Amino acid sequence: MSFISNLLNGISLGSIYALIALGYTMVYGIAKMLNFAHGDIIMVGGYAAFITMAATWCPLWLAMLITVAVCTVLGVVIEKVAYRPLRSAPPLAVLITAIGVSYLLQNIALLTQSANPRTFTSIAAGAPPFLQVFEGKGAVFFADNPYADEGLKPILTISMETFLAIAVSVIIMVALILFINKTKAGKAMLACSEDRGAAQLMGINVNGTISLTFAIGSALAAVAAVLMCSAYPQISPYTGSMPGIKAFVAAVFGGIGSIPGAMIGGVLLGVIEILAKFYISSQLSDAIVFLVLIVVLIVRPTGIMGKKINEKV
Amino acid sequence: MRKVTKNNLITFGGTTALLAVLGVLMAMGKLNNMVSGLTVTIGIYIIASTSLNLTVGVLGELSLGHAGFMCIGAFSSATVSQMLMNVGGVPQWLVFTLAILFGAVCAAIMGVLIGIPVMRLRGDYLAIVTLGFGEIMKSLFNNIYLTQDVNGLHFGFTNPPQNIDAATKVEILRGPMGTSAPGLTNFWVVAAVLLVCLLILMMFIDSKSGRACMAVRDNYIAAQSVGINVTKFRLMAFTLSAAIAGVAGALYMHSLSNMLPKKFDYNLSILILVYVVLGGLGSLRGSIIATIILYALPELLRNINQEIVNARMLIYAIILIFLMLWKNAPFFINLREKIKAKFKKDKATDVTSGGAEA
Amino acid sequence: MKNLFKRTAAAAAAAVMAMSLAGCNNAGTSSTASDNYGGTGSGDIAGTTSGNGGKLVIGGIGPITGGAAIYGTNVKNGMQLAIDEINAAGGVNGMTLEMNFQDDEHDPEKSVTAYNNLKDKDMKLLIGTVTSGPCEAVSKEATKDNMFMITPSGSSVNAITSGDNCFRMCFNDPQQGKLEADFIAEKLSSKTKVGIIFDSSDSYSTGIKDGFKEEAAAKGLEVVVEEGFTSDSNKDFSAQIQKMVDNNIDVLFLPIYYTETALILQQAENKLDVPVVGGDGLDGLIGVLKDKVALADGVYALTPYSATASDEKSVKFTEAYKAKFPDADDPIQFAADAYDCVYAVKAAIEKADIKDANISSSELCDKLKAAMTQIEYAGVTGDSKWSADGEVTKNPRVMQIKVTDGKGSLVDL
Repeated sequence: MSFISNLLNGISLGSIYALIALGYTMVYGIAKMLNFAHGDIIMVGGYAAFITMAATWCPLWLAMLITVAVCTVLGVVIEKVAYRPLRSAPPLAVLITAIGVSYLLQNIALLTQSANPRTFTSIAAGAPPFLQVFEGKGAVFFADNPYADEGLKPILTISMETFLAIAVSVIIMVALILFINKTKAGKAMLACSEDRGAAQLMGINVNGTISLTFAIGSALAAVAAVLMCSAYPQISPYTGSMPGIKAFVAAVFGGIGSIPGAMIGGVLLGVIEILAKFYISSQLSDAIVFLVLIVVLIVRPTGIMGKKINEKV
Repeated sequence: MRKVTKNNLITFGGTTALLAVLGVLMAMGKLNNMVSGLTVTIGIYIIASTSLNLTVGVLGELSLGHAGFMCIGAFSSATVSQMLMNVGGVPQWLVFTLAILFGAVCAAIMGVLIGIPVMRLRGDYLAIVTLGFGEIMKSLFNNIYLTQDVNGLHFGFTNPPQNIDAATKVEILRGPMGTSAPGLTNFWVVAAVLLVCLLILMMFIDSKSGRACMAVRDNYIAAQSVGINVTKFRLMAFTLSAAIAGVAGALYMHSLSNMLPKKFDYNLSILILVYVVLGGLGSLRGSIIATIILYALPELLRNINQEIVNARMLIYAIILIFLMLWKNAPFFINLREKIKAKFKKDKATDVTSGGAEA
Repeated sequence: MKNLFKRTAAAAAAAVMAMSLAGCNNAGTSSTASDNYGGTGSGDIAGTTSGNGGKLVIGGIGPITGGAAIYGTNVKNGMQLAIDEINAAGGVNGMTLEMNFQDDEHDPEKSVTAYNNLKDKDMKLLIGTVTSGPCEAVSKEATKDNMFMITPSGSSVNAITSGDNCFRMCFNDPQQGKLEADFIAEKLSSKTKVGIIFDSSDSYSTGIKDGFKEEAAAKGLEVVVEEGFTSDSNKDFSAQIQKMVDNNIDVLFLPIYYTETALILQQAENKLDVPVVGGDGLDGLIGVLKDKVALADGVYALTPYSATASDEKSVKFTEAYKAKFPDADDPIQFAADAYDCVYAVKAAIEKADIKDANISSSELCDKLKAAMTQIEYAGVTGDSKWSADGEVTKNPRVMQIKVTDGKGSLVDL
């Protein structure tokens, strides 16, 4: 049974990575830049949600809306001020700028919100677990433990937060795929990612499209922020940086630029991490995760779902 | 004189002169404590950033795992120096030379090992593998314990070794507790090693192999088509870069009395990468200048007042973004052109008016 | 264009050099020079009560940016509170105290730079550094310079072993682990199967764990599972908790800080129902859990101070702290340790009868280290005495979190 709980724990951690990786991979696919500040936009989203949710005048739906708005605006502003002027600069210059933005956001948060971590109130606070399985009694969905009086404990639990994270990331993945393949704006993004110059010649507003990409990517970061802080209910100025790096790894794992790849990469990374912690060594799990990544990239140099691009003269 | 030679002479001469000035001032006791402390650290960072410039600038590949090589250099050299010190009777300069060399060799071996698979990859995939490599090294040394006692060496993985003879116990590597190497690094050592490393890098870049690397960077397929053994030259440059990073790690380890594996995380790699990119890809002089300015900047901000001390990382971030924009954004490029043009005009008028007066 | 950038850069480099060289001239000037650098220590008071003894600059080093910033910030505030109180009451032997606190980002390299900088600012003694790794690096330098230092919270054994100039306000790590094992063996004697979750990338946590295991073996406790985590993956503890469940542990030992403990408690809810014993890193637990504080009910913590403790000294300190820093969070034990450090130093200065702030730091160090072993200081964190090796002797204080009506507080056992 512990294998199944570990698997579920892995999927729940992985779905958070997947959510962040979706935003990462989207920006990378279209703007061709590693947005190192993505994790910190998540951190800002977390604080926005924390502050609005704590305010009594603000109902939950409005808090979510404000969080998404804050991140979207932040993403677009950062793109406009820091990244757009560097469109024709070498990619490394943009990378360093992104690192600068990341430091900037962290330090602003540090100075305004203090270094003390805050405990986040889950958006599913008070809700019963999604699923509980009892020995000899079967499964119970969306209900508190009905056998609590008998002192029976579930042998398997899937919390509401986990369910939400998985459900939301699947919905977002499907929505993104549909958006990119079916709408005009989405097709424009695809065109920009294939060949920016040619897209411009075809009359596509490249700057506008990239701004839109950042807007969507940052809105996804807001959603990821709320769900991540609900599942791991703590927030500090450095909350975003490590999940950001891990999600980046997940995106590369799945094939960076590929939306289903980000989803698969994220979930796989989470599962590998938990299983490595449980069955091999909790002290070495980081090393094991990166080792698996290196092996995967050596066997499949463009990730699991990545396209192989042949370089032409 | 060839342009490259002239350029190298300026860089090398400038560095030597700067070191000489600092050395004289230090010998005269004119430098304050912070500046003399900083010269050592900055020197080590210059070695690290110039070596990374070989990978990023000359080879054209983004490496996010440079700290990993420093990590190997640091801990392997510390093992050697501590063991030799425990033996006793070996002169300090010999201990340190052997330790640095051992650190460099270990880092180079790891460079080859990781380089063989990595050099098949390009671009961001290579970046992520090097990032992973750096994290693995950090994680590994966080779990390695090495203890010496009368019965010899005891090795422990994830846990300290047991049954150690307490009376003769010497802890060499202490996992997450850090490692205490003898403090052998000083300004003169760093200055000498820095100049040697700089010389090696210049000679390599200007050699046939170095030019082959640049050809590969500029056009991979064209280079391949004219018969350059792409993998061989890439691997060669990558290994050299790793070895010199190992030297930097060894010096770094011996400059502080306690070093934690945690220090060698991706943040350190990124810090060094920032120096390289801001200094200019492929320009050793640029790396040197950028390292000095960017390292000293947050430290000098300490001197202003307590509020600035709190906000100095914020200021650093803003300056970083601004410098990148200043260097690359069309708006600033135009602005600079205008200022330059204005200066030229002023100069031109000065000269003519001066001439008229005479 | 490229040339222009390089030229600008070269000019800037020259400027940096000039700045640093200009800085040299200030080295070794008298303590008045430090006015320009604005240590916020005394500020308003300095002008009015500056006694005839002059200003004694006390240096402080700790992380106020970076992931460990919370600890440095608390130490800085605790020091500031004590120094301002002392100055308001007329200083020490006619001398005014002045604080200069420098950031080290929890990095030994930055810490040594900060130390060097403080020496240039005429620091006479050091309270710090806050965290163990940097403290080990700085203490070696301080021993070389014969600079008196007392660390409020650098708890690794080697943090103060470099010389007799180093003292410590808190227990060292193995000492703490030993005390915790004794506590479990004596007070929770029916619980013999112990599970440990510790931070394997952190020297504080690993040090306590190693000390605990050694004593546990001697006291007949069985450590059945020992699981680590690293600072890179300190959000998800489900695998570690699952291991604890599978091994049917009786008691969970957490030698870690309250931030991760809060997450472990939340993730272990409904899964693991055993008593939790933690170290001195747990005193902030109530503050961070806020409305989920019920989860922490019954947790034992070996902590010398808590903002919710109800003894007279703690209450007095907590109130003074909140009045002085109304915008800050509740103080954690680091603040109390730092506060005590300042007063212990004051007691030592009085004992050694030092009246002139122009005394050299080395001479001051010689006098203070002799005085430190003679004083007994009753502080917020307990009645303390020091031995010549710098270690403190005080009664360990085990407290338990009690939650009533949704409000948590730490009560003495």
